[in-house]
Amino acid sequence: MTAFRSPAGGRIDRSKPIRFTFDGRQMHGHAGDTLASALLANGVHLVGRSFKYHRPRGILSAGPEEPNALVTIDRGGGRETPNLRATQVELYEGLVARSQNRLPGLRFDIGGINNAFSRFLGAGFYYKTFMGPQALGGAKLWARLFEPAIRRAAGLGRAPAGPDPDRYANRFAHCEVLVIGGGEAGLAEALRRSEDPACRVILCDEQAEFGGWMLVEAPERADEMVKALSARPNVTMLRRSQAFGAYAQNFVAIAQQLTDPLATTDAEAPCERLWQVRAGEVVLASGAIERPLVFPDNDRPGILLAGAAETYLRRYGVLPGRKIVILTACDTAYGAAFALQDAGAEIVAIAETRAAPGAGDIAARALARGIPVLPGTTILGTTGHLRVSSVRLGRIRPDGEAEPSGGFTADTVLMSGGWTPSIHLFSQTKGKLRWEEGLGAYLPALPAPGQAIRVIGAAAGEMPAGMRSPALGALPVAGSPDRVKAFVDFQNDVTARDLRLATREGFRSIEHVKRYTTTGMATDQGKTSNLNSLGIVAAETGRSVPEIGLTTFRAPYTPVTFGLFAGQARGDLFDPVRRTPMHDWAERNGAVFEDVGTWKRAHYFLPRRPVDATASGHAAMHEAVQAECRKVREAVGLFDASTLGKIEFVGPDAAEFLERAYVNPVKGLAVGRCRYALLLNEAGFIIDDGIIARLAQDRFHVTTTTGGAARVFGMFEDYLQTEWPDLKVWQTSVTEHWAVIAVQGPRSREIIADLVEGIELSDAAFPHMAVREGRITGTPCRLFRVSFTGELGYEINIPAGLALPLWEKLAERAAEFGGGPYGTEAMHVLRAEKGYIIVAQDTDGTMTPEDMGLGWAIGKKKPDFIGKRGLMRPDLTASGRKQLVGLVAEDRSRVLEEGAQIVPDILAPAGSHAIGHVTSAYSSAALGHGIALAVIEDGRNRIGQLLHIPMERETIAVRVVEPVFLDPEGARLHG
Amino acid sequence: MKFSLFSLLHQGLTGNQGWQPQWRDPAPKPAYDVIIIGAGGHGLATAYYLAKEHGIRNVAVLEKGWLGGGNTGRNTTIIRSNYLWEESEALYEHSVKLWETLSHELNYNVMYSPRGVMMLAHSVHDVQVTKRHIHANRLAGIDNEWLTPEQAQEFCPILNISRDIRYPILGAALQRRGGVARHDAVAWGYARGADKLGVDIIQNCEVTAIRRDASGCVTGVETTRGPISARRIGVVAAGHTSVVMGMAGIRMPLESFPLQALVSEPVKPLMPCVVMSNTIHAYMSQSDKGELVIGAGTDQYTSYSQTGGLHISQHTLDAICELFPMTRRLRMLRNWGGIVDVTPDRSPIIGRTPVPGLFVNCGWGTGGFKATPGSGHVFAATIAREEPHPIAAPFTLERFTTGRLIDEAAAAAVAH
Amino acid sequence: MLLIRCPWCGMDRPEIEFRHAGAAHITRPGPPDRVSDEEWAAFLYLRDNPKGRVAERWRHVHGCGRFFNAVRDTVTDVFVVTYKAGEPRPPETGPGESQPTEARP
Repeated sequence: MTAFRSPAGGRIDRSKPIRFTFDGRQMHGHAGDTLASALLANGVHLVGRSFKYHRPRGILSAGPEEPNALVTIDRGGGRETPNLRATQVELYEGLVARSQNRLPGLRFDIGGINNAFSRFLGAGFYYKTFMGPQALGGAKLWARLFEPAIRRAAGLGRAPAGPDPDRYANRFAHCEVLVIGGGEAGLAEALRRSEDPACRVILCDEQAEFGGWMLVEAPERADEMVKALSARPNVTMLRRSQAFGAYAQNFVAIAQQLTDPLATTDAEAPCERLWQVRAGEVVLASGAIERPLVFPDNDRPGILLAGAAETYLRRYGVLPGRKIVILTACDTAYGAAFALQDAGAEIVAIAETRAAPGAGDIAARALARGIPVLPGTTILGTTGHLRVSSVRLGRIRPDGEAEPSGGFTADTVLMSGGWTPSIHLFSQTKGKLRWEEGLGAYLPALPAPGQAIRVIGAAAGEMPAGMRSPALGALPVAGSPDRVKAFVDFQNDVTARDLRLATREGFRSIEHVKRYTTTGMATDQGKTSNLNSLGIVAAETGRSVPEIGLTTFRAPYTPVTFGLFAGQARGDLFDPVRRTPMHDWAERNGAVFEDVGTWKRAHYFLPRRPVDATASGHAAMHEAVQAECRKVREAVGLFDASTLGKIEFVGPDAAEFLERAYVNPVKGLAVGRCRYALLLNEAGFIIDDGIIARLAQDRFHVTTTTGGAARVFGMFEDYLQTEWPDLKVWQTSVTEHWAVIAVQGPRSREIIADLVEGIELSDAAFPHMAVREGRITGTPCRLFRVSFTGELGYEINIPAGLALPLWEKLAERAAEFGGGPYGTEAMHVLRAEKGYIIVAQDTDGTMTPEDMGLGWAIGKKKPDFIGKRGLMRPDLTASGRKQLVGLVAEDRSRVLEEGAQIVPDILAPAGSHAIGHVTSAYSSAALGHGIALAVIEDGRNRIGQLLHIPMERETIAVRVVEPVFLDPEGARLHG
Repeated sequence: MKFSLFSLLHQGLTGNQGWQPQWRDPAPKPAYDVIIIGAGGHGLATAYYLAKEHGIRNVAVLEKGWLGGGNTGRNTTIIRSNYLWEESEALYEHSVKLWETLSHELNYNVMYSPRGVMMLAHSVHDVQVTKRHIHANRLAGIDNEWLTPEQAQEFCPILNISRDIRYPILGAALQRRGGVARHDAVAWGYARGADKLGVDIIQNCEVTAIRRDASGCVTGVETTRGPISARRIGVVAAGHTSVVMGMAGIRMPLESFPLQALVSEPVKPLMPCVVMSNTIHAYMSQSDKGELVIGAGTDQYTSYSQTGGLHISQHTLDAICELFPMTRRLRMLRNWGGIVDVTPDRSPIIGRTPVPGLFVNCGWGTGGFKATPGSGHVFAATIAREEPHPIAAPFTLERFTTGRLIDEAAAAAVAH
Repeated sequence: MLLIRCPWCGMDRPEIEFRHAGAAHITRPGPPDRVSDEEWAAFLYLRDNPKGRVAERWRHVHGCGRFFNAVRDTVTDVFVVTYKAGEPRPPETGPGESQPTEARP
């Protein structure tokens, strides 16, 4: 039996002892304990150090409002979590807990020196100094000297060093009624509503057991209610489940703990689950939180909330101390006093801040038990370094000050300033609140529009008179209130005098006070401090609390693990991975992939993958790409173009639609022919390009860029449905339906010729920019005679599921001809040699067709198309716009850097105007030198000019040339 | 009172009773030379520079809530100037230069901390775009350098540069002079500075109408605290700009979106710099208090609710956990929303409007905090001289008619 | 996450099934040679961006795929009504101010 465990009573299982350590010290508790109750049972109150002054701190509360008792729980193997509240951590065998924010230890912490200098470290002190003399570097001193020191001192626990091995789960749920809070009010509501078997009820509570305060006062009743609910199939009961966020239209997020409270961890089992619940109605039964009292030195270990002490005794069988002084502003503390006395503690006195003790005969009952009741009394100070050892009392005078009136030794002080309804989630939904003077608190008034949220029980202010107290703010002191430290926000070390200082300095809105003093901004989000802060600011500024306002309650109610939000979205599940049918083949054949949108595309093929793909990667890539390019130019290359967006348009108005959508004339396109097409936005800028192929009078096959596919499809859908709904045309995405194998190179016809059925391949019958439907290796296909390389070439569209065998056959054949596969990098080189643009590489959303030398594509006679009016705007028709040109460095071997800036003069001091930039740059195997595409102001008039590219250490001279480097006549297109 | 170590010591020894209000709480006068609508960082900076640099001290800053309560107090405080276009470079670099001496200028420690802003590249396209920025910045004399993944990790040791993640890091751009500052202090420092120069900062004073004379010129405003006259009005109302400009009959090329941000519980120093990934939507730094400060994306719909969907922060934390796997067990402490006014080209609008006497400074979208000093500085000059400051000159309303956009979004194809 | 009624499907579905598509009832002016630069700029860029009820377009992109319009209050994010693309804005939905919201305490 540990020293402070009561001989009987409570919900703990005394037959199950549990070993745990705190800061390396081995201790015992029982099943059903929290870390806090077990520590108290071992006589440990000192559990933490405060944020700023590093003052010794003990356990204040028994719930999620705990500001002081923050610990790190280390389960080993990377399962280390800082900043957990000991009041919420369930004890399990072998639990390892460590205190935080102390050096070298909890009992002696050098940071405690801050306490001695606290007079210089008041609210916002850092805004007033550390600026350093300007002569010494001013801002640099802050960043290099002061800030690092402050940062080291700040922070609470440490983040784990390694990745998190745990899994997190996610579930969406729907119900008619979501009841938040499993205390008496919540259980009763759940029982009542679930009588209708068609009414799905979800009940959640953050604790390990349902029952709330009943677990202290009437555990049998709680058990009965829980039993009744458990029997109902329409009720889902979520224990250890904190509703932390309430969002629009009855949408509530709940964090459920799964394996965390268990002794053994299972790598397969999720440690937490995120519930996203859409409810018909949300019923908030979140209870109330006891308020501390603000008196000098109210923060020593051994000073607890009275209700917490009663909880520890009656629910956990733990005596927080043996010699207890109580300071209270309401009646509930009497219950704690009586219970503790019954358990053997000495109640030295009950100091009543009220002039007349509470309702009925409560004071008389205390006196009858031999407990002195001192009305109109407060505490003027306490002593005890690591644990409270005595209190000095003071009589409250009518003038609002207090005069010393003796003192007591005590090892424990209990306090109660009344109870604050927990309306956080209601407030998160933007429900309206009203101020209830008699309660010293805000209450729910009116739900926000669109929210079916109802608040019941103590959270709605339905509390017995004994819980009610209007008391707020700091208690009277003897002498100057600015000479004492009376804490309001325990964790952030905000005292009443800090709040007074802030108001003196003109911070009058509570949001300002909060931000200036940091009150309410600690990890407990001010659950125990907000109203006392309001009370102090109100008193100081002579206004009522509602005039000062209330800081916004923000999600989450209690801190929520990042991993819970991320859930399974990690690694490959972070974002969908799209692979082409040829992906595995490519991987087997040495492909290095690049991410293009969500697609994986073969970037280039390394026959032998180097051990270190990054270090030696560059040279290996260069070689591979050069070889791939040569194969295409000299024999035949295979390219997996399956990722291209593909849209099929069908209907009598299909041609009309495309005519309006693209800049090109489409209506005149003959069946069986293709056209390179440009798509603009309404502003007139190029956003996509592709091939329009006419399969029949009323049927088109249109390609888009890989990255633009979804966007373009959505844009067309928009025009079809909303702009031109009268057009009879249907579009459908066939991107995933057709795999595309580009066969390019002088030998391309040869390797497909005998595989193709029903399509005559001769130049005359099947010219460049033509399309035919037929069969290849017996499979239906759409065969395009198109080229993005400048070579004779085909693009075979074949049903995706049937593509791989064809690809394998073609790869075999290509190899026989000295050809092979090529990746996106070689594709980029080959097209750049021909001056073909890549949208989003050579364009950047600011370029027009004319800019890119593609003005010829525009159907001049068309009355309208998307972007036509945009193109007519003054800046888009102005002279001097950037235009696409080619560049070759004077040192021809030089490969320029993409993105490099271009200036006219060799000397370009900082701030010089760039007349353009390099958009694409490669080493051309075919030409044996570097080539680049660039956009340059008035570029076409500069062809032949020498321009300059200032690099970090040198300036590169470049010659402006035509953007078509190879075969400008297009002879190679015909093989 | 001048703030200094000395004043802190002196006050500490004498009971801290001598501190004065950092700004007054004046009642509005019937008339001012200039009215600024909106007491966020940009509005307060405008007022400060009007008084300081142009001698126009008869200025009122009207604020419907409390000063610094909008986006100034809600953002993730990232400061950088490595923008793409020369117009933007000039504007943001002007601002960074002012940040460097701002604490001294204001005698208020705004905690400008040039700890480096690193922007990650996850794809070949990202690399191209990033390098284009670096080249452009270098030519403009703005520091920005390319880091390999290994160098990036050296600069930010907790960065996950594994090749096995969904979008591996291929490199990064680092602006060493980029960093963060303490957002509230910026508003308060400018407020204190402006107040000292005679500017009236009038809080809880909502503008309900803009008055104009027969010729169309502005003559003042109606407010919840009565009418106030002025011949020059500067609207710096961020997310509410469309609403205020609507009072003068002007439709704006703006849409207001919710933008969320969040912080973790404070932990000991973990993150030495700012890391941004536009591609997978994650922005993170660590405050001096120890909180990880994380920017999420905008919701898809326009809203003035200052709240957003859970799935938006969820998506951001997905990305944070990918990039910084050891943060998975850390916990979100606070999540909040602001209202950002977004222009079609993601660049601000600073300057005159079709209504004589009415000036506007808006459209900063998701990135306005960094520009606070520069924006206020050039806007003050624009109002004082009634013609655009040279740096502000390209950021006109007219550009949306002529097509001369300053499109910072198009090149990156993402929000920035 | 908003809950949105698709007027085509007749069901309330979560926001992640939908894509917002900007302000509604903006007419594309034409023909191009009869439209001024100012009119075109207004079509492209100028928006009411009201604080209160807005008529906006949505697409049920991960559902029926169809566009529809909605009137929503941008202060509360509450949908007043959704209706099919091409239908006029129901007259009773404004344009109007948001319900007055008192300053929150």
